[in-house]
Amino acid sequence: MTAAQAGTVVIGVGNEYRRDDGVGIVVARRLRTRLPAGIAIVERSDEGASLLEAWKGSSSAILVDAVASGAAPGAIHRLDALVSPIPTGFFHYSTHAFSVAEAVELARSLNQLPPRLIVYGIEGQDFSSGVGLSAAVEGAVALVVRQVIDELRSMTSADIG
Amino acid sequence: MKSRTIKVDCLARVEGEGALVVKISGNQVTDIKFRIFEPPRFFEAFLRGRRFDEAPDITARICGICPIAYQMSACHAMEDAFGVKVMGPLRALRRLIYCGEWIESHALHVYLLHAPDFLGYEDAIRMAKDHPQEVQRGLRLKKAGNGIVSLLGGREIHPVNVRVGGFYKVPSKRELSTLTEELKWAREAALDTVRWVATFSFPEFERDYEFVALRHPDEYPFNEGRLVSNKGLDISIREYEQYFLEEHVAHSNALHSRLKERDAYFVGPQARYSLNFDKLSPLSQEAARAAGLGKTCRNPFQSIIVRSVELVQVCDEALRLIDQYEMPDGPAVKVEPRTSTGYGCTEAPRGIVYHRYRMDDRGIILDAKIVPPTSQNQKTIEGDLWQFVPANIAMQKDKLQWRCEQAIRNYDPCISCATHFLKLQIETE
Repeated sequence: MTAAQAGTVVIGVGNEYRRDDGVGIVVARRLRTRLPAGIAIVERSDEGASLLEAWKGSSSAILVDAVASGAAPGAIHRLDALVSPIPTGFFHYSTHAFSVAEAVELARSLNQLPPRLIVYGIEGQDFSSGVGLSAAVEGAVALVVRQVIDELRSMTSADIG
Repeated sequence: MKSRTIKVDCLARVEGEGALVVKISGNQVTDIKFRIFEPPRFFEAFLRGRRFDEAPDITARICGICPIAYQMSACHAMEDAFGVKVMGPLRALRRLIYCGEWIESHALHVYLLHAPDFLGYEDAIRMAKDHPQEVQRGLRLKKAGNGIVSLLGGREIHPVNVRVGGFYKVPSKRELSTLTEELKWAREAALDTVRWVATFSFPEFERDYEFVALRHPDEYPFNEGRLVSNKGLDISIREYEQYFLEEHVAHSNALHSRLKERDAYFVGPQARYSLNFDKLSPLSQEAARAAGLGKTCRNPFQSIIVRSVELVQVCDEALRLIDQYEMPDGPAVKVEPRTSTGYGCTEAPRGIVYHRYRMDDRGIILDAKIVPPTSQNQKTIEGDLWQFVPANIAMQKDKLQWRCEQAIRNYDPCISCATHFLKLQIETE
């Protein structure tokens, strides 16, 4: 295991009882069987401030969450948190009191961002109470899994996927 | 006549989705509606047909902030139904995991959600630039609470170790003692928190509330006790639905709770504090007095001080429980299902959460009722605004709107328990 691998974490965010909001959790679970043991995979369903702990100490972090930005359902957004701020409201639907965007910006204020933080947002369609993803969002899951694996490969030069 | 409307389509720093509309005509407030969009009936329906022992884990998913509260109310309701009593070290561990959840939730609200209101920041991100040490202290306190929940719950978020009758696995005394050092830091940090928030300035505002909380003969309440109020209520948990009513109101999809004989009531830290001051530890009482609080606190803006005093209380209590802990013989009491109905009510960080379940002879859930704290406070929040807005009608609109939002945040409303998400924008007509 390389040092970079040891310090790499994938964070799936969402609430699986709020339909498409759970897509980050679904992606994290699919990645579990595909990634080497050295890459940590965590799921987060609570408020966003706990994300500061989730990526603490990592050299690279990839975060996957549902998004409601007005794009077509299933659209995949990729943001480099070190390059630009996460648009406010972008991840509004996914966590509650303290959103993913707020957690990233709070970490930036406190100099607690990891050296690399890539955020994948998957446009959701249905955030009502219930289980299961809508078809367009389900369709995006395999694509995001592939993209995250490619991203990890370039980060860690590991034999992944 | 000139009229104006303050409309907050979403409330920032409020858990879940809510909206506020205040209508003003001339110098008269003509309407105030605090709206919650969707009730949690999905979970009540989802529970039907499930086994009794699935209820703690399923209901834990209602809220990302207070999963333990839902687990505890579900466990107590099931144990009530099947005639089981959890005592001794298992009972103490339940109190301890609840301490962890209160620390996490209160630290989040005091530092990241409510303090920015008092210090004049739009949010904690901006506040962190000028007050990094305080924000770091809040985050570390929150983590100390999380340490308890992780160790006892088996997983940080949505703990999976809690079950009807006790736990799946219990820690050794040695494992538990690993928490001590950080909790001693947390207790000092909680005292610093009380001192810090006591320096904030608070609007002059009081109402003659009916506070409702659990009261136990020997303890500051978590899991057990009678439901009492400062206006004569004194009932067992089983009697809840004889005295409280949930009703639909036109402007909100969530149900409004009220006392059948009277009306709105107030649950949460301020209610607990005002009804149980004598059960606080000497250290917590001293911190409260030093911060200028009396035995009763009727100014909801001072809830941030009360919440901080409760932080001291639960850090103190957690240390006491760890110190006195002896590992039990087994992780759980045996539970045999039977045809029955069970009732549970425990103190979530935001106030009482009530569960009622009816089961068949195999322990299959036939129906469920869940009343979260925020739907109980909804009417009181509106009542505060009916008094607060007319008294401050001369205030500039943006300032008044901020104060209205702050008045709602006084209750740490977890609207996602009562419903789900939140959008925020502001319009004037």
